[in-house]
Amino acid sequence: MELFITELSKYAITLLMAFYAYESFAVFRYREESLRGGIYARQNFLMLFIHFSCFMVICFETGDMSYLFFYAFQQMVLFATAVLFHVIYPRANRLIINNMCMLLSIGFVILTRLSYEKAVKQFVIVAVSLAIAIVIPFFVHKLKFLKSLTWIYALAGSAALLVVLVLGKATHGSKISYSVAGVTFQPSEFVKIIFVFFIASALCEAADFYRVALTAAVAGIHVVILVVSKDLGSALIFFVVYVLMVFVATKEYRYLLAGIGGGAVSALAACLLFRHVQVRVQAWLDPWSEIDKGGYQITQSLFAISSGGWFGLGLFEGTPQSIPFVEADFIFSAIAEEMGIAFAMCLILVCLSCFLMFMDISLKLNDRFYQLIAFGLGVTYIFQVFLTIGGGSKFIPLTGVTLPLISYGGSSVLTTLVMFSIVEGLCMIRNDEEKEGQQTEKRQKRGSLKTKQAGSAEESNGMENVQERRKRNPKGKGALGGKQ
Amino acid sequence: MFRNGEKEIQKAKGHWGENNDYGKKRQSPTEHGSKQNSGNRNRPIMTVTYLFVAIFLGMMLYICQYFIVHRQELLNNSYNGRQQLFMSKNQRGKIYARGGEVLAQSDIGDNGSEVREYPYGNMFAHAVGYATHGRAGVEALGNYYLIQSNAPLEEKATMKAVGAKYHGDNIYTTLDVKMQEVAYKAMGAYKGAILVSETSTGKILAMVSKPDFDPNEIEGIWDSLVTDKESGILLNRTTQGMYPPGSTFKIITALEYIRENPETYQDYHFQCSGSYTDGTDRINCYHGQNHGDEDFTKAFAKSCNAAFAHIGLQLDKGKFHNTLEGLLFNKELPLHILYNKSRIQIGRDSTNGEMMQAAIGQGTTGMSPIHLNMITNAIANGGYVMKPYLIERVENTAGTVIKQFTPSGKTDLMTKQEADILKELMHSVVEEGTASRLKGLSYTAAGKTGSAEYSEVKEESHAWFTGFAPAQEPEISVTVIIEGAGSGGEYAVPVAKRIFDAYFGVS
Repeated sequence: MELFITELSKYAITLLMAFYAYESFAVFRYREESLRGGIYARQNFLMLFIHFSCFMVICFETGDMSYLFFYAFQQMVLFATAVLFHVIYPRANRLIINNMCMLLSIGFVILTRLSYEKAVKQFVIVAVSLAIAIVIPFFVHKLKFLKSLTWIYALAGSAALLVVLVLGKATHGSKISYSVAGVTFQPSEFVKIIFVFFIASALCEAADFYRVALTAAVAGIHVVILVVSKDLGSALIFFVVYVLMVFVATKEYRYLLAGIGGGAVSALAACLLFRHVQVRVQAWLDPWSEIDKGGYQITQSLFAISSGGWFGLGLFEGTPQSIPFVEADFIFSAIAEEMGIAFAMCLILVCLSCFLMFMDISLKLNDRFYQLIAFGLGVTYIFQVFLTIGGGSKFIPLTGVTLPLISYGGSSVLTTLVMFSIVEGLCMIRNDEEKEGQQTEKRQKRGSLKTKQAGSAEESNGMENVQERRKRNPKGKGALGGKQ
Repeated sequence: MFRNGEKEIQKAKGHWGENNDYGKKRQSPTEHGSKQNSGNRNRPIMTVTYLFVAIFLGMMLYICQYFIVHRQELLNNSYNGRQQLFMSKNQRGKIYARGGEVLAQSDIGDNGSEVREYPYGNMFAHAVGYATHGRAGVEALGNYYLIQSNAPLEEKATMKAVGAKYHGDNIYTTLDVKMQEVAYKAMGAYKGAILVSETSTGKILAMVSKPDFDPNEIEGIWDSLVTDKESGILLNRTTQGMYPPGSTFKIITALEYIRENPETYQDYHFQCSGSYTDGTDRINCYHGQNHGDEDFTKAFAKSCNAAFAHIGLQLDKGKFHNTLEGLLFNKELPLHILYNKSRIQIGRDSTNGEMMQAAIGQGTTGMSPIHLNMITNAIANGGYVMKPYLIERVENTAGTVIKQFTPSGKTDLMTKQEADILKELMHSVVEEGTASRLKGLSYTAAGKTGSAEYSEVKEESHAWFTGFAPAQEPEISVTVIIEGAGSGGEYAVPVAKRIFDAYFGVS
C-alpha cells in the first residue's frame, strides 16, 4: 500500500508542479492583479498539495510519522506568510509571494530529506527572516530618503566585504563568512542588496560618463575584494549586475558591449592568474579525466541529475549525499535525482517566473531609482539561479553559489527574502504612481474637457468600473484594486 | 506584459529619440498622465529580460539533452554509486536469446547473495559477457536496463512485503542459439572470430570468439585470466581483434579502382607470372601460383596478389585515403561494446612498396572482423550499412516492453552502382574463384577469401572469409577469421558454409 502511494505520488507531484509552473506564467496573460485572483488561489492549493504529498512520502519512506509535525509547522509559517502579506499589503503582488512560498517549501522538503537537523535549523532561520521580511515593504514604501544614501551604500558594502577578507574564517579555501556571537554570517549575500541600492541611487539622477566611471570604481572595489576572498560566484554576480544596471540606466549598448568585453578580458586574466580558477575551468571542460580530483563534485552532480529520470527515484530512494556540499551548492542536482528532471525543469520555470514579474514591475515603475532597484534585484536573483543550476549541470563552470530560497544557508535565504520583500514595496510604489497619474489625468479632464461621466465612473466600484477602465485604457495600465 | 511589449517599444522609440539623455530629468510623470506610462518602456530592460529567458531555455534544453544522451554511460561509470544502489534493490534481470532461450540469469544463493548463471557456458562467453570484475558483452551493454526494475507495482509490493529484491528488467538479444552453436562448433579448437549478422538490419545473430572461458567460473578463474597476457582469452576478437585483412582487403582496393576508373575498369588486363616487382619491392601470389592472363574479375576471383599490387600502384593516394576514411578506417565505429579502431596508413607520402602491401591487405593495416562485416553488409545492402546491434528489446517481468531497439544509424559507405559491381565480383569468387566450396548449393552465396600472412619467417596465414547469401537478395552475412589455419578458401570457407547451411536449413 505504501509502495503504491510513494510510487504514484512521484507522478502526482510532478503533475501538480507542472500545473503550478503553468499558472505562474498564466498570470502574465492578465494585466491587472485583480483578474489574477483565481490563478493565485489555484497556486495556493497546488502548493499545499505538493508540500503535503512530499511529506507524506517522506513519512512512508522513513516509517517515521513525526515528520508530519515538522510539516505542520512549515505549513503554518508559509500559510501565515501568504495570508499576512495579502492582508497587510493588499496591493502587493501575490505571484512573488506564492512563488517565494513554493520555493521555500521545496527547499524544506529536500533539506528534510538530506539532513533533518539542517532542515530544522533552516526552518527557524526562514521563520525569523520572514518576520523581518514582512515589514520591509512598508519601509521601502515610506522611506523616501533611501535614494540619497549613495555613498553610505558604497562605504557599507565595501567595508562589510573588507571585514570578511581581513577577519573572516576560510571555508574550503574561500573567505566568505564571519562569525559574531556564534552566528555565522556571509556578508557578501547582504551586500548584494546594498550594492544594487548604491548603483541605483548613483545613476538614477544622471547616468553620464562621469557617474558611470565613478560607480565602476566602486563596483571594481567590490569585485576585487571578492576575487581576493576567492568568492568567485559572488564576484561574478556583482560584475554582471553592475554591467546590466549601467546598461539600463544609460540605455546605451556600448556600455553593455564594453562590459561584456571587459568581463571577457578579466575572465581570461583570472584564468591565467589564479590557480583555483584554472581548476574550475579544467573541471568544466573535462571533468572525466580527473574524476577523483577536481572533477569529482561536478561528475557526482551529473550522476545525480541523470540517474533520476523524468520522474525521479523518489525521496529517500537515491544517493544525493554522494555530492559534496549537496545541501548548499548542489541542491538542484538532489532535486533532479529524487524528484525528477521534469520537476526540476518546472522549478527552473518558477524561478524564471519570479524574474519576469520583477522585470514587469521594473518596467512599469516611473521613478528611475525604484525602477533600477527592481531591475537590479531581479538580475541578482536570476543570475544566481543561473550560476548554481548551470554550474551543477556542467552548462557553465562551477562557481559555488546557493540556489536562492532552496539551498541551505541562513544568509542566503534571509537576503533573498529581503530582496523579494523590497520588490513588493516597489510594487506598492508603482501603484501610488499609477493612482497619482490617474488623478492628474482626471483633474485635467475635469478641468479642460469637463467630462464628468468618466470621473463618476471612476469613483464607483465594481465590475463595470473595471470594464470601463479597460475600455478607456486598453493597454491595461489602469489602477490595481480600484481602491480610490 | 510581453504580449504588447514589442508594440510599446515601437511607440516608445520616438520618445527616447527626443529625450535620450537620461541625465536631463524628465518632466514629472504625473504631468504626462498614465497613458504616458508607455513612454517609460525601457528597451534595455526588455533586452535583458529576453536574454535571460533565452539563456534559461537553452540551459533547460541542455540539461534534458545531456540527461537523455548520457544517462546510460553515467550510470555505468564506476564512480557512480547508484549502480550499487540499484543492485541492492533489484535482482539483475535475465538475458534471453531471440528464440526465448535463457542466456544468463540470477539466482539468490543460500547466503542471500546473487549468483549469475550462464546455461550455455563457454558458447556465449564473449557475446553475453560477464558481470563481475567489470562487465563485458551484453552484460555491459545492457547493464543500465538489467539493474533497474520496471516490474509492475503489484509485484513490487509483494516482493517488498517479503523483503525480497525486485526483478530487474529482462533483455532479449538478437543472438540466435542455433547459429551461435553452429559457428561455435565450426571453429573447433582454433583461435579466431566469427560474426554472423542480418545484412539489412545490423542484428548480430552470432558472435564467437576463441579462446573463450566459462562465465560461470569467472570468479575462480579471473586472476589467471588477467595475469595471462599471452592468450588474450578475455579479448572479444570479433570487435577488439586487430588482424591483417589479407586478400579480403581487395574488396576495398577494387572499390577504389572502380571509383577512379568507372568507365574503363573492365578493360583491365594483367599477365600474372606469380609475382610482381617494382624496384626492390616484390609481391608474390599465394604459394607462388601463376594466374596467367587475367581481366579485372578474374584477378579478383582468383585473388591474384600480383595483379592487385599492380592496381595498387595506379591508385591516387589522396583519393584512396578519402575512400578509406569514408569506410571508417582510423575512425570510431557506431558500436557501444568495446572495440578497436581499424587502422591503415595511406597518404600522399606512402611509398610504392607501402601501396602494394596495402592493396593486398598486408603491411601495417589492421582490421577488426566486425568492421569487415559492416563493409560486407554495405555491399549486400546496395551501399548502406546499419549499426550492428545485440539488444532487441527490454521487457519487465510481466512482459511489457520497456524499450524496443530498431535498426538505426544508416550510413552510406558507397553508391548502389559500386555495391552492385562488388556484389558481382564477390559472386564470381564463389563461381569461379577461391570460394568455390560455396558453389552449386541450394542457395547462392558471394564473398571474398583471404589468407593473411602474419609472420615474416613462417609461411603461416590467418584464414579469412567474408560474404553473404543469397547472392542476389542477401539475408545474412558471415565473417570468419581462423588464426594460423592456412588459406581462407580451405579453412574459412567451409566454416562459413556450415553457417549458411544452418541458416538455410540445409543439413
